[in-house]
Amino acid sequence: MKEILGKKLGMTRVFVETGDAVTVTVIEAGPCPIIDVKTTERDGYVAYQVGFGEIRSKLVNKPYAGQFAKAGVTPTRYLRELRNDGDPLEVGAELKVDMFNVGERVDVTGISRGLGFAGVMKRHNFSGAQATHGQKDRWRAPGSIGQASTPSRVFKGMKMAGRMGKDKKTILNLEVIKVIESENLILVKGSVPGFKGSLVKIRSTNRG
Amino acid sequence: MKRIAQIEKSYLRDDIPAFNAGDTLRVHVKIKEGDKERVQVFQGTVIGRRGSGTNATFTVRKMSNGIGVERVFPSHSPNIEKVELIRSGKVRRAKLYYLRDLTGKSARIKEKIIDTPKVAKEKTDAKAKKASKAKAEPKAKAKPKAKKSE
Repeated sequence: MKEILGKKLGMTRVFVETGDAVTVTVIEAGPCPIIDVKTTERDGYVAYQVGFGEIRSKLVNKPYAGQFAKAGVTPTRYLRELRNDGDPLEVGAELKVDMFNVGERVDVTGISRGLGFAGVMKRHNFSGAQATHGQKDRWRAPGSIGQASTPSRVFKGMKMAGRMGKDKKTILNLEVIKVIESENLILVKGSVPGFKGSLVKIRSTNRG
Repeated sequence: MKRIAQIEKSYLRDDIPAFNAGDTLRVHVKIKEGDKERVQVFQGTVIGRRGSGTNATFTVRKMSNGIGVERVFPSHSPNIEKVELIRSGKVRRAKLYYLRDLTGKSARIKEKIIDTPKVAKEKTDAKAKKASKAKAEPKAKAKPKAKKSE
């Protein structure tokens, strides 16, 4: 399982060998310095603790600064744990985007864009109500939310309006179209969750 | 945004001539049939260009046996072998969608005569001369300001 952290930069369209245009998301992935290696003996599980992203030194608080100093790494914006089931790397080593090859399949996890309080049409793809046949002011209404005196309540999990987005989402099985090592960039086919500049995690997929 | 433009740069083609809506183009398109590749020519009027970077496309319209046919080409597609500019058209719109409703004589576009560098220079010189002359002799009859009616 290969994993790396990245920043979503945005989307564009590139041409592949067949001449077809492919929609891609550009992700700045890595370098992720390893801050700590968790081991079964010491921590009960195996993982890498890695950093990612630039940060002004002023914004690093003392406890964090201590952690980074211990690893001998310049402080980073994010600190996350990634899986480690390959050859264990040492503290101070870096995870780089060249771990992925063109044509490989990856899963990308991120926090989806927050869309605020959204109605049922946007949030749950309801079809809304008729515009004609005597209807009034009900175009985007959800309709009935239950039965009658039995059961006298609304079932749990009923799809209604509410806060939409800002959920952890994973898009599976995306193709790697290009890897630019010199700039730590990776281009994956299709869209990934999150706004531009948001943190994403790329891992090799276990699908297909 | 800048970094994405940087990525797109490597995909952009600079061998396509500059053209605008109203121009007549001959587009040579590579077509793959199995493992054979051949080139097909599509000649028509450009009725619009859109997008920027690798996302840019242009639409070419032609009449084929009395039926209007439009094709949209990605401007930087490697499937385009070459583009020939046959004729520049004189038009006043960026998008010539009105051509879809026109046929025959009314669907013609006037040719735009582009000045050769020599002619263009003469024109600008003449303009400059006129301007300097007007400056040297300001209008004698400068109208006195109209008095406020009381």
